[in-house]
Amino acid sequence: MSYALELQDVRKNFGKTEIIRGVNLAVNAGERVAVIGPNGAGKSTLFNLISGRFGPTSGEILLNGQAIQNKTPYEINRMGLSRSFQITNIFPKLSVFENLRCAVLWSLGYKYSFFKFLSGLKDANERTDELLDMIHLDKKRDVLAVNLTYAEQRALEIGVTIAGGSDVILLDEPTAGMSKSETSRFIQLIKDVTVGKTLLTVEHDMGVVFGLADKIAVVVYGEVIAFDTPEAVRANAKVQEAYLGSPVADSQVGGH
Amino acid sequence: MAAVYKFKPYNVGRWVIWSLFALVLVASPLVFTNNLSVTMLAQMGIAIIACLSYNMLLGQGGMLSFGHAVYTGLGSYMAIHALNAVSAGQLNIPVSLLPIVGGLTGMGFAILLGWVTTRKSGTTFAMITLGVAELVFAMSLMFSEFFGGEAGVSGNRVAGQPFFGITYGPQIQVYYLIAAYTFVCVALMYAFTQTPLGRILNAVRDNPERVEFIGYNTQRVRYMAFIISGFFAGIAGGLAALNFEIVTAEVVGAARSGAYLLFTFLGGATFFFGPIIGAILMIIAFVLLSELTKAWLLYLGLVFLFMVMYAPGGIASLIMMNLRVAMFGKLRQIWASYLGLGVTAIVMLAGAGAMIEMVYHLQLNSALGDTVKFMGATLNTKSLDSWFGSAFVMLTGLGLFELARRQFARDWSEIQTDIEKEIKRRETAL
Amino acid sequence: MEFFIISMLNGLSYGLLLFMLSSGLTLIFSMMGVLNFAHASFYMVGAYFGHTLSNWIGFWPALIVAPLLVGACGALFERVTLRKVHPFGHVPELLVTFGLSYVVVELVQLLWGRTAVEFPPPEILRSSAFTLINHSANGLSVVWGAAPVEMCSAADAAIRVVCSPFPATRGFMMLVALLMLVSLWLLLTRTRIGLVIQAALTHPEMVEALGHNVPRVFMLVFGAGTGLAGLAGVIGGSTFVTEPAMAATVGSVIFVVVVVGGMGSLSGAFLASILIGVIQTFAVAIDYSFLTLAKDMGWALSAATQENTFAKLTLSQVAPILPYLFLVLILIFRPKGLLGTRET
Repeated sequence: MSYALELQDVRKNFGKTEIIRGVNLAVNAGERVAVIGPNGAGKSTLFNLISGRFGPTSGEILLNGQAIQNKTPYEINRMGLSRSFQITNIFPKLSVFENLRCAVLWSLGYKYSFFKFLSGLKDANERTDELLDMIHLDKKRDVLAVNLTYAEQRALEIGVTIAGGSDVILLDEPTAGMSKSETSRFIQLIKDVTVGKTLLTVEHDMGVVFGLADKIAVVVYGEVIAFDTPEAVRANAKVQEAYLGSPVADSQVGGH
Repeated sequence: MAAVYKFKPYNVGRWVIWSLFALVLVASPLVFTNNLSVTMLAQMGIAIIACLSYNMLLGQGGMLSFGHAVYTGLGSYMAIHALNAVSAGQLNIPVSLLPIVGGLTGMGFAILLGWVTTRKSGTTFAMITLGVAELVFAMSLMFSEFFGGEAGVSGNRVAGQPFFGITYGPQIQVYYLIAAYTFVCVALMYAFTQTPLGRILNAVRDNPERVEFIGYNTQRVRYMAFIISGFFAGIAGGLAALNFEIVTAEVVGAARSGAYLLFTFLGGATFFFGPIIGAILMIIAFVLLSELTKAWLLYLGLVFLFMVMYAPGGIASLIMMNLRVAMFGKLRQIWASYLGLGVTAIVMLAGAGAMIEMVYHLQLNSALGDTVKFMGATLNTKSLDSWFGSAFVMLTGLGLFELARRQFARDWSEIQTDIEKEIKRRETAL
Repeated sequence: MEFFIISMLNGLSYGLLLFMLSSGLTLIFSMMGVLNFAHASFYMVGAYFGHTLSNWIGFWPALIVAPLLVGACGALFERVTLRKVHPFGHVPELLVTFGLSYVVVELVQLLWGRTAVEFPPPEILRSSAFTLINHSANGLSVVWGAAPVEMCSAADAAIRVVCSPFPATRGFMMLVALLMLVSLWLLLTRTRIGLVIQAALTHPEMVEALGHNVPRVFMLVFGAGTGLAGLAGVIGGSTFVTEPAMAATVGSVIFVVVVVGGMGSLSGAFLASILIGVIQTFAVAIDYSFLTLAKDMGWALSAATQENTFAKLTLSQVAPILPYLFLVLILIFRPKGLLGTRET
């Protein structure tokens, strides 16, 4: 049985600078992995490599056993991987409903069709209504995306990401810029909408991480220095060193 | 294309609007019966198809093209060659179907040239369309067999078998052919906006990168839209060939492409019906305004500049904004401001226009004497009075306009805040 | 042989003129992201200003004052119009410059009329810079200035003498263009503002983030770019013809130059300008067609082929479309442009 997502010795250079220096990672289907690490460690770059925004300098990325490195983002998406963006990346002049509906079209097989009417696509419209309810934006169905509040836009961002029904979901700092209460509600939303999916999420909020993740991958300086259960990572000396400068006694680490 | 303001309760309104449209198409030559009007109406129909096809790229796809005339023009050329073939008995297609020949030509060239053109987006795309347009125009001077050289290619639309007694000799018959095509094409292009490809095209306009991450190849989407746009452009070209019975190199020229861009933008690229307004204005400007004053291109350029700066959504967006104000019952609060704005603007423009007309007269018609008629008054280009008078009128108008504008801006923003509050109130009441 | 040299020099001078124009365009595009559709219009305005000013104050003062005036107009336009549209995005900016190009052409026609105006070069530049004399007996020789009539004809009918003059205006064009090139290079590599501009060529947002007074820099860059176009206009207008159509003839070529060279690359614009300038100049002068080639090579062609329009086309007839053909080819085989660094 192959891993849902596997990275084998992935490296990425920008010019002469090595950003990703040999990452090995194997994620099982259905696992929830939090990717943490200091700023500039290369977490977003990893996401960009996996989702196809650009290709690695060397190494392999496998989705359900199939190589996806150097494929285009749409090919990767069609193979079952979706991602969200740290800076909200939705369709500003379309309504919430239209945003979501666009995201479901390919997965339902409508492709580049210009012979069917959107209003007649029962499955697309039903699925979109389902998604609207899931992300709690049913009251804002016809509001233009640009007119939503920040938290609503982040919710829509998640909605667009999961709309296609991909099995592997990458969320890049989904709770960035949210208040405490918004964050905890949002985490519940993420848990609800990614049931049964493989999830990788970049996060900075340790409370979120420990509440959500089955496993934590710690990325420092372009390498994964630890990939283990939260408790094991908490006690990991290398991790402590990376975050705090030196290994610390158990009681001082992990709280917030 | 998603309309910004949806009229939810008026779903039966859809049938009303389309019926009204059909009615207008059928009845206009009965209302405007003189020859010039029917000619203009015919040209408007053609322009409507052309501008709507252009807006498929600009307003719906976010693709700024400087070379749309290539596809309308090549459609015209192929259609007129087909017409000549029908007249010579070599081709057995009814004249009524010749615009489809134009459409297929436009589509064919869009398939060929579009592959290269849509490889890039944004500014580079615009430059490529410009280069391709220049290429085609320069070629038109080289291959005189197809392009007819300086004299162009002429034809006779009374050819082949009459269609139920219709020979297309009289202009009114051509008008009704054009009207039929206009109705069908407008309906089809509107239908396109309601299809998956149409909506994804909007998504590409809004955020081309994100579209890739929801499973669509952005370039492929653009390419397909380009081809469909080329098809309708070719139909417009084919109709033009029948209407004018002559096709010259200017139909693929930069000026024609520029006109499509200018008037589609003026009409409003963000609403489906905007280009229809733009097309109507285009014909009025080219046929009537150009007769009225020599300075019409200058006025056009200035209007366009002001539109881009102050109303980038075009006339359609201005209409919709005011419709929204009316829907919330606030129109009466602002009509006085509008009046003030209008009157002072007219005064200012009268003064400016007088001076411009006098300069043009000096430049071009001085052989005809020193006086020029403007808005009923006779101005003497050699007399200082006329100059000072016009300058005075313009400056006074300018000052008053600025005052009126400030008042209007105050009133407008007050109304907008009221409307926002009302919307919020309605949302929470749900 | 002399044909080759003179044509080469002509081509280089035309290419350098194109570079004068496209360098300003590239600078503006790289710093501000605005593709100035009206750039060729500023070129035309420069020519007209030069024409009027040289009638008042003489050619050489006009050469300095006209570009400054044009630059001031450009800066004013940026301040009043472009700046207003900047928040709407790049497409409205392009549209605004598009509208400006319409207005400028009309204003120029309004003020100076619809026919060409006389803009002669100054006395010094009216004759040839040098003349190449190809004497069938004595070989190739160079004479500075115009060659006297006796040198161009031979008494003996068996000897052929061909005199090929190289116009001084063209030489002056090359001189100014090269000076401009060198000063631009010095400015970009040796001064602080040049460093900022170089950075902005590839990373405009970062430059903004570093705290430079971006609106003022924009205005200066736009003014400088259009001023360069004005300078090219004074020279081009006096060398060629000054008429309302001059903006259109050179306008689309410089956009091709910029795309072919690579959007945002000055060296690419240089390379593309020279390439297109030289190739087009040669092509215009060559009357070869496929048919003449076949005749020279001794190929026998069928009657149908001989009638074929493509075969009959001479290179000089094809010359006008060469830049655009280039554009299409580059886009197919090397979409980033010859030396492009930025993907748009």
